Amino acid sequence: MTPTPSDADTRAQILRLLGEIAPEADLAALNPDVSFRDQLDLDSMDFLNFVVALHNTFHIEIPESDYPKYLTLNGCAAQVAASRT
Amino acid sequence: MADFVMPTLGADMTEGTLVQWKKRVGERVTKGDIIAEVDTDKAAIEVECHATGIIERLLAKPGDKIPVGTVMAVIREEGQPAAAPSRPQLFTPQPVSTQPVLQPDTGTAASPLPGSRLRISPAARTLAAERGIDPTGLRGTGPEGAITLDDITRAAKGAVGVATSANAADRQARMRQTIAAAMARSKREIPHYYLSTTIDLSRALAWLTAENGRRPVTERLLVSVLFIKAVALALRQVPELNALWKEGEAVRSERIHIGTAISLRQGGLVAPALHDADRAGLSELMQRFQDLVKRTRAGSLRSSELSDPTITVTSLGEQGVETVFGVIYPPQVALVGFGKVVERPWVADGLVVPRPVVTASLSADHRVSDGHRGGLFLAELDRLLQEPHAL
Repeated sequence: MTPTPSDADTRAQILRLLGEIAPEADLAALNPDVSFRDQLDLDSMDFLNFVVALHNTFHIEIPESDYPKYLTLNGCAAQVAASRT
Repeated sequence: MADFVMPTLGADMTEGTLVQWKKRVGERVTKGDIIAEVDTDKAAIEVECHATGIIERLLAKPGDKIPVGTVMAVIREEGQPAAAPSRPQLFTPQPVSTQPVLQPDTGTAASPLPGSRLRISPAARTLAAERGIDPTGLRGTGPEGAITLDDITRAAKGAVGVATSANAADRQARMRQTIAAAMARSKREIPHYYLSTTIDLSRALAWLTAENGRRPVTERLLVSVLFIKAVALALRQVPELNALWKEGEAVRSERIHIGTAISLRQGGLVAPALHDADRAGLSELMQRFQDLVKRTRAGSLRSSELSDPTITVTSLGEQGVETVFGVIYPPQVALVGFGKVVERPWVADGLVVPRPVVTASLSADHRVSDGHRGGLFLAELDRLLQEPHAL
């Protein structure tokens, strides 16, 4: 049986995806409760690419109406965790 | 014989540096093939060939700085005999003295995602594959930290240089100068006029929401693609805005190539072309737009994408801007701007209701068009955005 990834693993993966979208960003300084778009200056295209990367990595369906739930690190981690339950 | 010359890839580009030939002497090339990679003030560019035939001679070598319009190679077109060896060399090399340095990345290198934004020039990517080097572990010295051919070469040799951002900073400074020159020329030479209109987007956004609800996440559309397509179609009705100013007169373009202003993360912007945007469906246009943004920020554009735009579209809504008063990029004769989509009171059927609206603006060259035609263009743009299903 495959073990469920820990929250820390999930967060590390999310940060890695963000690093691919915004390679110049200082992700260590990211506030987990503040919008990525505000902190990393992501535009709509960047955010769409991030959502696609989340979909491909975690195999989760993300309807457009749920985008606001994925705007922060804590929000993303919670959504990924919820998708596994 | 056909001459392959250093193309002009922007209003104020005067020279480029040959990074790499992509073809060898004696090799067959077809119109549209990538023949060389050239470094400019803005990015490393893959330069396309405009003739079909056999490479007869390569007149420049990697590292040479070459003025715009200078013959770099000679192509023997189909059915022609080989040239006499005494043909004079048309390019005189000017060696470049600066050498980029490589800094090993001290961070944790991770494998890039498919389609993710690793900044690496096409030539460097090819060389890295050939040498078995993982470029994700390197820190590049090109524009915005892009990994260049020299970075890969040095990595292959095991060379480790001194950490510096001088090259990146220099690139930024040169890009700023290039933009400054183009914009100063624009304001000096082009008598701009400006018009704007507020467009009700409720139908367009409702259609987009429904459409995206039917699409998998990988195929969803952005509203900016609707704007680009609507501009392209509106230009069919007011074609004088889709033109270039050449030698004292406007020359209309039969094809509509939308230059899309794309900001770079470290500052500056590039506006490469979405070719024939009026003919592409929204899905295709979205796919090409995504690819264009990715390659622009990775420093991997093609020469035609920089030389072909016939008009520029810029969207600054995500920066909170409501109205754009754009500066035309010469030799183009118009620029269309979109601001932020905002909720505003709107009168419909005698009632005041909240509606999402956007301010679309037109900056146009008064030598080529007047306010009446500009107004018709904006009216047509508005009409098209009321019928999003038809875009």
